[in-house]
Amino acid sequence: MPRAWVFGDDLDTDQMVPGRYAPFMVGQDKFQNYAFYDARPGFAKEVRPGDLLIGGENFGCGSSREYAVAALKKLGVGGVVAKNFARIFFRNCINLGIPVVESPDAVTLAKDGDEVSLDLAGAVLRTPAGNATLRPLAPFAQQILSAGGVVQYLAAHGDFPKVD
Amino acid sequence: MTTGGGKTLAELILSKQSGRDVRAGDLVIVPISRVMVHDSVIDAVMAGLKDLGKASVWDTSKVGVFVDHAAPAPTPVVADSHRVLREWVRAQGIKTFYDAGEGVCHQIMVEEGYCEPGTVIVGSDSHSNSYGAVGSFGAGMGATDIAVALGLGRTWLRVPESIKVSFSGTLRRGVTIKDAIMRVVREIGTDGARYACVEFHGVGDLPQGDRITLAGMTTEMGAKAGIVVGTPEAPAWLRPDPDASYLRAVHIDLSTLEPQIAIPPRVDQVSDVSDAVGIPVDIVFLGSCTNGRLVDMQQAAAVLRGRRISPRVRLEVVPASRRQFEDAMADGTLGILSAAGAVIGSSGCGPCLGRTGGVLAGEEVCLSTANRNYKGRMGSPDASIYLGSPYVAAVAALTGVIDDPRPYLEASETDFDALVARRRADRGDRGAASERSGDRSRELLMAMPQRTGAQVIGMDEED
Repeated sequence: MPRAWVFGDDLDTDQMVPGRYAPFMVGQDKFQNYAFYDARPGFAKEVRPGDLLIGGENFGCGSSREYAVAALKKLGVGGVVAKNFARIFFRNCINLGIPVVESPDAVTLAKDGDEVSLDLAGAVLRTPAGNATLRPLAPFAQQILSAGGVVQYLAAHGDFPKVD
Repeated sequence: MTTGGGKTLAELILSKQSGRDVRAGDLVIVPISRVMVHDSVIDAVMAGLKDLGKASVWDTSKVGVFVDHAAPAPTPVVADSHRVLREWVRAQGIKTFYDAGEGVCHQIMVEEGYCEPGTVIVGSDSHSNSYGAVGSFGAGMGATDIAVALGLGRTWLRVPESIKVSFSGTLRRGVTIKDAIMRVVREIGTDGARYACVEFHGVGDLPQGDRITLAGMTTEMGAKAGIVVGTPEAPAWLRPDPDASYLRAVHIDLSTLEPQIAIPPRVDQVSDVSDAVGIPVDIVFLGSCTNGRLVDMQQAAAVLRGRRISPRVRLEVVPASRRQFEDAMADGTLGILSAAGAVIGSSGCGPCLGRTGGVLAGEEVCLSTANRNYKGRMGSPDASIYLGSPYVAAVAALTGVIDDPRPYLEASETDFDALVARRRADRGDRGAASERSGDRSRELLMAMPQRTGAQVIGMDEED
């Protein structure tokens, strides 16, 4: 069962992977070991594939560094559920194929370490305290995510999903 | 939201570029007039292009590549990455290439004329909003988005809602456009412009460099783009309609503005400098795409001319580009700063993001003219970063404490020296990493309307 890692508002990408541990500072094979190095010591060691990050408002703000999301992907994070997302982080997750879903109540229902499960089709996050509501993704983003990311989508379809 | 039939700048640009009549909320696929790529993303960008099956970028004349984020290379791993980048640039035949020491990507993109007003530009750095300084729709994106843009020459965007920021009046002496934009961030908050475009009205004949300060800082409010209205570079069609719709309007009277200070660890925890007077600092950073231009260095030199900085403080000056560096050498500004005891760094991002230059030790206190004061941003996560204007930075370097720069600018020689002597004596000899500075930062946070956030909680847990 995936576990919840609960964060607050305005979690910036410097907290996810500090600049000094960028892949081009420490190596492409090591940077994920520094995920939440200062903000949640032990995260990279303890996180298990499928675990979910739960957050408040403006999740992933700050630097455009995609390696913050790449680190989560390498560690097998199964999705991010927050009240809302900073725009670059949101795009980076969609592009790399990590589900990012808005939920008004996930951050209040889920407690750190809870066993939780993300049901995208049913648009709920199941937590011990009850089901949190998920806001459905726009079809455009959903199509890219379903393909596993934007590179995979483009490889399969040759162009972006239709917008008009 | 106000209702109206007209279009904002974002709606005008994205309608023109997509060839459709679009409004906020619509999705568009738009051609890109230029892609900016910087050193720290090159491996991921190359991998993305390869996975896309693209051997070359779509148009080498529309790509600019910059080595600025960790430059010159501070470690062998970074040096290897730079070497790979140079080989890629050569193999691709990209002519617009600025190597280590040429300056910050955003400064060069604007000052060398790579930003066409009224077009869409995407950049691999989050402060690519800076291109709105000349009327471009500049948006920061991650490495894979940049790889896709390089491969296809197009990107997708949701047409953003807009926030109208209007300035009136003129800045008083000792108050700068940095103070104005920090006042705006104080009003809007770090997520108040999330997904939105911030439109700046009423900037008058503000110099191009100051417009970069405005547009670039919109990133710190979560904005997708920040565009200055009515720049001299913009074509006639690039004017928002008077009946355009805005999410929100913010008005700032520049004539009553005080110098502003952002309290660590949030860019939107901003107070008037008068509330922060006396906070000791160990290191002062003058530079970045936000405040590393000639005018910023001249403002610091106006305070430091003929004087030495406090023996308790280090001052690092990093000009934003070689052009700014050479202009500041030519007019004597760098000479004044060096004689005052400043370390002058080669042009680039410098210590702004803690990868090169003078990174901060644990529990050191920095006054930075850059744009972010996140925990760990400039080095140790135990360091504190206050943000302020070049005037505030210069006074902090001179006295060792945060102070209102205006009395110094008005004072006679004798009064000036007395002001400095008093502040230095009050500060004492301890490093700023004393309990006092920690307490002061906490007091200030307690005194202001609370913004909740992981960063603040993190600080409490650690203390």
